[in-house]
Amino acid sequence: MITQKHISWAIGLAVLLVLPLIIKQIFPGTDRYYLHLVIQILIWAFIYTGWSMMGRFGLTSLGHGAFTGIGAYVTVMLWNFAGITPWIGIPVAMLVATIAGVLVGYPCFRMRITGHYFALLTLAFTEFVRLCIVGLRDWTGGSLGTQPARYGDGLSLYAMQFEPNRVLAYYIVLAIWLVGLIIWVKVDRSMDRYALDAASQDEDAAASVGINVTREKLKITALSSAMCAFGGAIYGQYQMYIGPDTIAGLGVSLNIVFAVIAGGIWSLFGPTFGAVFTQVLAETLRVGLRGSETLSKLLGQSALALDTFIYGLLLVLFIIYMPKGVVGTLAERWKRKARP
Amino acid sequence: MAMLKVDGLTKQFGGFTAVSNVSFDVAEGEILGLIGPNGSGKSTTFNCIAGMYTPTAGSVKFEGGEIGGLKANQVCHKGIARTFQIPRPFRNLSLLENVALSAHFGSNAHLSRAQCWAKAEESLAMVGLPTDATTSTDGLGAASLKKLELARALATGPRLLLADESLNGLDHGEMDQAADMLERIRKEKGITIVWVEHIMGVLMRVVDRVVVLDHGEKIFDGKPADAQTDKRVVEVYLGETEH
Ligand SMILES: Nc1ncnc2c1ncn2[C@@H]1O[C@H](COP(=O)(O)OP(=O)(O)OP(=O)(O)O)[C@@H](O)[C@H]1O
Ligand SMILES: [Mg+2]
Repeated sequence: MITQKHISWAIGLAVLLVLPLIIKQIFPGTDRYYLHLVIQILIWAFIYTGWSMMGRFGLTSLGHGAFTGIGAYVTVMLWNFAGITPWIGIPVAMLVATIAGVLVGYPCFRMRITGHYFALLTLAFTEFVRLCIVGLRDWTGGSLGTQPARYGDGLSLYAMQFEPNRVLAYYIVLAIWLVGLIIWVKVDRSMDRYALDAASQDEDAAASVGINVTREKLKITALSSAMCAFGGAIYGQYQMYIGPDTIAGLGVSLNIVFAVIAGGIWSLFGPTFGAVFTQVLAETLRVGLRGSETLSKLLGQSALALDTFIYGLLLVLFIIYMPKGVVGTLAERWKRKARP
Repeated sequence: MAMLKVDGLTKQFGGFTAVSNVSFDVAEGEILGLIGPNGSGKSTTFNCIAGMYTPTAGSVKFEGGEIGGLKANQVCHKGIARTFQIPRPFRNLSLLENVALSAHFGSNAHLSRAQCWAKAEESLAMVGLPTDATTSTDGLGAASLKKLELARALATGPRLLLADESLNGLDHGEMDQAADMLERIRKEKGITIVWVEHIMGVLMRVVDRVVVLDHGEKIFDGKPADAQTDKRVVEVYLGETEH
C-alpha cells in the first residue's frame, strides 16, 4: 500500500537526486561552493547519525571525535606510507575504531559507568587519540595535519579519490548518508533497540529479564564507532586534508553532541537536521562575524572565538528548552495536532 | 530432589549482615512463602538467588547446578524469573513492549518476533492487563504495575518464579486478587513459586509451606498453620505487625 509517508520519501529522494542541478540554477557561478556545503552536511549527517546510535540510549560518548580521527588517519596513513588502497584501508580503519570502542566500552559497561562519568572517560579517550596523532608528527604531520597523497589527477576509483568532481562526490556521499539512515531504521526496528531502551532506563531490571546489558551496549558501540570511522575516512578522502582539529579530537566530539541534541537525538532525521543547522550556522557566523570590521575592531582577536561562543550558548539553550531537539519537538507538535 | 536448594546463604553489606547462614529448599510444584518483618532480609535473599547480588558465602543450587554468583541475565536463562518489590517498569516502552522484550531476551526458545508479541499478549492477559500495543506504563496504579512485573517475569518462560510482592499499598480486594493470581499461575503453567511477603494474612491461604526470616536468620520452616502458633514466629513477627 502506498501511503503519504512513501510519497514524501519519493519526493524527498527525487529532490535530492536533482539537487546539483537545482543548485546550479539558483547559484550560477558559486554552485561549487554550495555543493561543497551540501556534501559536508551529508558527511557530517552520516557521522552524527552514527553517534546517535549510542547517544539515543543515554550513552553520551565524547569519544567519537577519536573514532572519526582513527577512520581518517588510519586510512590516509596506510595509503601514504604503505600504498594500501582505501578499499582495504577503510575497513581496516573501521576495525581499529571498533576494537578501540570495545576496549573503552567494555570496562565502562561492566562497571556500569554511565552519564557524566562515561562522558568524561570517553573524553579522555578522545584526548589520548589526539595526543597520539600530534605526537606521531613524522607520519601524521602533527597539529598541522596532512593530506592523502594525490593519485594521478585526483580522480581515481583505486585511490578512492573524487574531490575534483563535486557532482560525483555529492552522489557518493548522498548514497552513504542514505545507507546511514537505513542502518538507523534497521536498528530502530530491532529487538536490540528495545533492550537498549530498557537498559538505559534500568539496568538491573533489564538484566532480570535476560538481557545481557554489557553485550547489547558493546554491539551498539561497535556499530556506532565503525560508522563514525567510516564517516571520518570519507571526510578525509573528500577534503583531501585531515587535521587533528578538523576530524579528530574533542572539538569534533562536542560538535557531534551539540548537533545531534539540537537536531533531535531520538529521530531519524534529527542528526541530519543537526548537521544542516550547525554547518549553516558555522558558515554564516564565520563569514558574517569574521568578515565584519566593526566586530573585529570591537573585539579584536576574540572575534575569532565568537562563533564558538554562540555555538555553546545555543547548545545550553537547546538542552534546557528543547531536549528533544528541533525535529523531535516538531514531530511531537505535529502528532498532537493530528490527534485531537 | 529439591528444585532450588539454598545452603548457608550469607550476604553482608560492609560490616552489616543482611542475610545470615540461611538454608531452605523449594520442591518442584510448590508455593513457598518467604516471610518476615521489614528489613529481615527477604529481598536480599531473592537478590542473591536471582543474581543481582553476589552472595558473601553459601551456595544456591537450581535443578542440581550451582547458580550462586551468576549474573542476573544468566539466572534468568536458567529458568528463574523474578519480580521486584517496588515495580521497575521500562517507562520508555509501552506495556506490550515491556513484556515482548522479556519474551525475546528471557526465554531460551529463540522466539520469532511474532511469537514474542503473541507471548507478551498471553502473559498480559494472564495477569489481567490490557494487551493492545499502545497502552503506556504512565498512569498505571500500584496494583497494575505489580501485574506488569508478573507478566514480564512470566514471559521469560520460567520454571521457578520469585515473586517479591510485599502487598502493602494494595487494598484487601487487590491482595486477594494477587494471591489468586499466583495460585492460577502455578495451576495453569506449572510454575513453582517463592512468594515474599511481610503480611501473613493472605499468604497463609495459598502457600504450602513458609520460611520465616528475622534479622537475616531463618527462625521457622514448616506448615503455615504451625507458623501461626510457633512461639518465636509469634514473638518476632506477629507481634511486630500488630502495632
Ligand atoms: N544494597 C544494600 N546496601 C546496604 N544495605 C542493604 C542493601 N540492601 C538491603 N540492605 C539492608 O539489608 C537489610 C535487609 O533488607 P531487605 O530489603 O532484604 O529486607 P526485606 O525483608 O525485603 O524487607 P521489606 O519487608 O521491607 O521488603 C535491611 O536492613 C536493609 O537496610
Ligand atoms: Mg523487601
